[in-house]
Amino acid sequence: MSMDTDTALTVSGLTVELPKGTDRRHAIEEIDLHVGRREILCLVGESGSGKSVTAHSVMGLLPKDQLTAVAGSIRLEGEELRHATEDRLRDLRCTRMSMIFQEPMTALNPVMSCGRQIDEVLQTHTSLDQQARTAKILDIMEQVRLPDPRRLFSSYPHQLSGGQRQRIMIAMALVLDPVLLIADEPTTALDVTTQAQILELIKDLQERHDTGVLFITHDFGVVAEIADRVAVMQWGRIVEQGTTEQVLKRPDHPYTKMLISSVPSLVPRHRETRRAAPVVLRTEELAMTYSQGGMFQSKRSVVAAQDVNIEIRRGETLGIVGESGSGKTTVARCIARLIDPTGGRIYIDDDEIARVSVGQMRSHRRRIQIVFQDPYRSLNPRRMVGASIIEGPMNFGQPRDEALARARELMGLVQLDPDALDRYPHQFSGGQRQRLCIARALAMEPELLIADEAVSALDVSVQAQVMDLLDDIRIQLDLAMLFITHDLRVAAQVCDRLAVMSAGKVVEYGDAAEIFANPSHEYTRALFSVAPGRDWTFGEFLTD
Amino acid sequence: MYGFLMRRLAATIPVLGMVALFVFLLLRMTPGDPAAVLAGDNGTPQQIAEIRETLGLNKPIPVQLGIWFSNLLQGDLGQSYFFKKDVTELILLRVEPTVALAITTLVITVLIAVPIGVIAAYRHGTWLDRCVMGFSVLGFSVPVFVVGYILIYLFAMQFKMFPVQGYKELADGFFPFIHRLILPSITLSVIYIALIARITRASVLEVLGEDYIRTAHAKGLPNRVVLLRHALRNAAVPIVTVIGIGVALLISGVVVTESVYNIPGLGRLTVDAVLGRDYPTIQAVILVFSGVYVLINFLIDLTYSFLDPRIRY
Amino acid sequence: MSDLSDLRQETAGLVDAAASADAAARKLSVWRRLARNQSVVIGGAAMAVMLLVAIMAPFLGTMDPAEINPAWRNKVPGTELTGTAADGSQGWVYRMGTDTLGRDTYSRVIYGTRVSLIVGLSVAGLSIAIGLVVGMVSGYVRWLDGIIMRVMDGLMAIPGILLAIALVSLSSAGLDTVILAITIPEMPRVVRLVRSIVLSIREEPYVEAAISVGTRLPLLLIRHVLPNTVAPLIVMGTYIVASAILVEAILSFLGVGIPPEIPTWGNIMAEGRLLFRIFPHNILFPGLFLAVTVLAVNMLGDGLRDTLDPRLEKRM
Repeated sequence: MSMDTDTALTVSGLTVELPKGTDRRHAIEEIDLHVGRREILCLVGESGSGKSVTAHSVMGLLPKDQLTAVAGSIRLEGEELRHATEDRLRDLRCTRMSMIFQEPMTALNPVMSCGRQIDEVLQTHTSLDQQARTAKILDIMEQVRLPDPRRLFSSYPHQLSGGQRQRIMIAMALVLDPVLLIADEPTTALDVTTQAQILELIKDLQERHDTGVLFITHDFGVVAEIADRVAVMQWGRIVEQGTTEQVLKRPDHPYTKMLISSVPSLVPRHRETRRAAPVVLRTEELAMTYSQGGMFQSKRSVVAAQDVNIEIRRGETLGIVGESGSGKTTVARCIARLIDPTGGRIYIDDDEIARVSVGQMRSHRRRIQIVFQDPYRSLNPRRMVGASIIEGPMNFGQPRDEALARARELMGLVQLDPDALDRYPHQFSGGQRQRLCIARALAMEPELLIADEAVSALDVSVQAQVMDLLDDIRIQLDLAMLFITHDLRVAAQVCDRLAVMSAGKVVEYGDAAEIFANPSHEYTRALFSVAPGRDWTFGEFLTD
Repeated sequence: MYGFLMRRLAATIPVLGMVALFVFLLLRMTPGDPAAVLAGDNGTPQQIAEIRETLGLNKPIPVQLGIWFSNLLQGDLGQSYFFKKDVTELILLRVEPTVALAITTLVITVLIAVPIGVIAAYRHGTWLDRCVMGFSVLGFSVPVFVVGYILIYLFAMQFKMFPVQGYKELADGFFPFIHRLILPSITLSVIYIALIARITRASVLEVLGEDYIRTAHAKGLPNRVVLLRHALRNAAVPIVTVIGIGVALLISGVVVTESVYNIPGLGRLTVDAVLGRDYPTIQAVILVFSGVYVLINFLIDLTYSFLDPRIRY
Repeated sequence: MSDLSDLRQETAGLVDAAASADAAARKLSVWRRLARNQSVVIGGAAMAVMLLVAIMAPFLGTMDPAEINPAWRNKVPGTELTGTAADGSQGWVYRMGTDTLGRDTYSRVIYGTRVSLIVGLSVAGLSIAIGLVVGMVSGYVRWLDGIIMRVMDGLMAIPGILLAIALVSLSSAGLDTVILAITIPEMPRVVRLVRSIVLSIREEPYVEAAISVGTRLPLLLIRHVLPNTVAPLIVMGTYIVASAILVEAILSFLGVGIPPEIPTWGNIMAEGRLLFRIFPHNILFPGLFLAVTVLAVNMLGDGLRDTLDPRLEKRM
């Protein structure tokens, strides 16, 4: 690991105050860190830990009315930035320090061509003429490995893929060779394949340009891939700092240990196979084609899923993994009949439900329940959570008292306080809300439980708990479970069987352990080969 | 692009058809003999019989509808028995003042409303913003004829800077023409400015919260560039949309303003027609104004693809 | 979701956590926030005063607004009536002067408040009631949606005042006709708003969850969709009150609205037009009342929007 004497950024004692009336006084408190040139420092933490606030403070991009740095110093190559004027900061941005963001989809101006957006940097900070600028832009676009730079130069952001947009952002950030690059979760919104490419690109450019990188992430897989050193944040403070090897293998702080042990392993858990149990769900050539347009618009149709043949036995979890746009969520929504499939059949036990009318479907509803990704939108904010849980059973004629009594039991089952039924959703955290959604689903006593990216929006420590809960419930209630996820680590931990989807089709289907050990399809192999941190085993700590 | 143009143009047909249908139904739904209504209070039995013949009022309603549509498509808007003229001719005579008034108003509005909207958004929460917003609420609240009379009282009667009322054609010279248009245009633009300034402020404010604005700041661009090149450009689509929708407001205002300033345009014609219970003219004016409104909004739709490269059809 | 909003959430989440006590406190805080909003307080208070004026009109030192006194035509404000009035009272002061028929402008303006408020509130009530039903149907019954929206597009293509004028001119003018004629052009906007809310809410996971647990459509609409329309409709309703009062005044001013014998602000101004250059008071006083009332309602609307649902600014 490179330990440079030449420092790009030094932050010491940095404290940022939150507006009055909050339960915490400081967004970040007494942050000390330094980033050397030719070094990548990863700042890791869960949501709300203050890692983004730290990054924005350095750039001077904090929302002025809400957050102010009240103490400490930020030095860029020795120059103090906390008291720098707005003009000086503007001069430094993109010349000495640059930043790239999480959402390449929204971080570029949609109505300006990509070339012009990079050109703006040169126009603002240099006196180069048009020709020299264009040459420089094409050169940096080449360096970030964009295909056909001349064409992309005049393309608009929406015509590019997410990965390409992030490359444009990187090009923009590095075109003037800054000493410091701040990358705020730059790969979180990207698919795993693209993520791997971007990580490699950042690492490569950083070495070639001698750039110091402050890399913010919540993902230990990414940390393992890219970091030279790691700083772990919790509740606005840095709790541990050290080399990657040191932090991942010999963590000191209990919080760090907990975080790292929560990272699901890529090695599937050993599970008993249940070949003899009855089949709960079976699909035959399930297909869904979305078509758009009408009288006055040109018709467009998108094949979201086709020829999907899967089955799930009682007590078994089938995972569907795939990247965004692979059709995995479409399959889940078809099976839950939230959308009407355009082809094929779905059997619950032996009842065909793909083609039944809305009225007929209602009697089958209680047999299939679904838990969604976003815990903040899955519960009606205006209703007490108890009312949400008993809504289903009461729809099917269960008396209110009985339903409430059952709801109390279920609250216990999902490890929540049974007396909390008369609270509103906003009084619960994300993980708790996801438990409530599970309770609501279980109140229907379903045969099949669908979890559609149900743990994807959760922090890693909460994620581990909800995953365990789902697994416990499956065993206790002998449920069939359909688990949709983009995360191979999660899939490895909860799935008995696995269907890998790509471009609307199931490309590989079989026992999870078998697929993880010997992926046979080329796509699956590619997917596995780019999983971040695949060479590390998390949570097995070394002691000195 | 051409295909898109045709499709968008085709999409206006059902709307226009619907308008024509309403206008047709309007008369058929009233109690009494439509022919007698159309002939007006002084209609002779002979005229009534004539109308009954041309509109086929003895025939079943669907046939009447067919006749009505085919007359429309031939540009035949009927006869005004009140003004004793062809309605089409009547309307053509009144177009110039109204178009002149609308255009000057539009120019004044855009020149004032967009800049103050942008400034209000940029200085969000300051006294400047509050002033703009205050003016905007006020502009919405004071009826156009009250504004008109106050302006007449002040600038025409007290300061004698402008003629009180009346209109001069462009053919009579540009100065007298524009001199008489200034007060009416300002009157008419008050509510329109209120509307556009408000939407400009809201749109720019929303865009200022976008990620790419932060990117622009992170590039070290000066505030002015961020505001105009990045924020305003992206706020253009909603602003232009509301300018289009606001044309309805403009048309309503024209009716009142022309009455206040005694301008012989389509708005005055509308009021005179209503007061004289001249139905052929009322019908025609509604059709013309609605047609213009739909057409303007169609043109505005076309500008979207220039303003925002994501909108391609 | 935007990434900048992540940063905001990261901080706002902390703000929220502190602010969210229990549900009762949350409900209370809506009222408290309303009470803290200047526009709501000022607009609401002015509205309340106008309502009082309308109800108490006979007790505010007014005379019969229809009473014609040919001897006292076209008097400027402050003219004192010497001699005996028709009701026997002595020494009447024409606070706002008289009109061309010798009627007391002050009394007419005060009584005019009644008509304006009745029109404003009725139009708002009617268009929201109709718009809510039609919008819900349009948002949930797919095959009807196309037809309903085409009809609404057609209605919205006709500038509101023209449509109102045409409707009024066809039937005998009266309060009810005017209310109906103003309601019809206002209603499509409500339909569109309700429909757009329904369409966005039905995509919410909690609505899908309700579908999954077998909640039937009527219950689904009442329980999960309808509550989301309340705040936007209160705001929109307020704006409709303002707009309806204005349109009524314009119709009366043009001479096509409520019959001239009923004192409305528009009618007073319509009569005042002819002699405006000599006696501006017949335009200025009703104009002032009209502007203040509409201003109050608009301020109330803005304040309600900012406290209840700030995203509406671009929707309307």
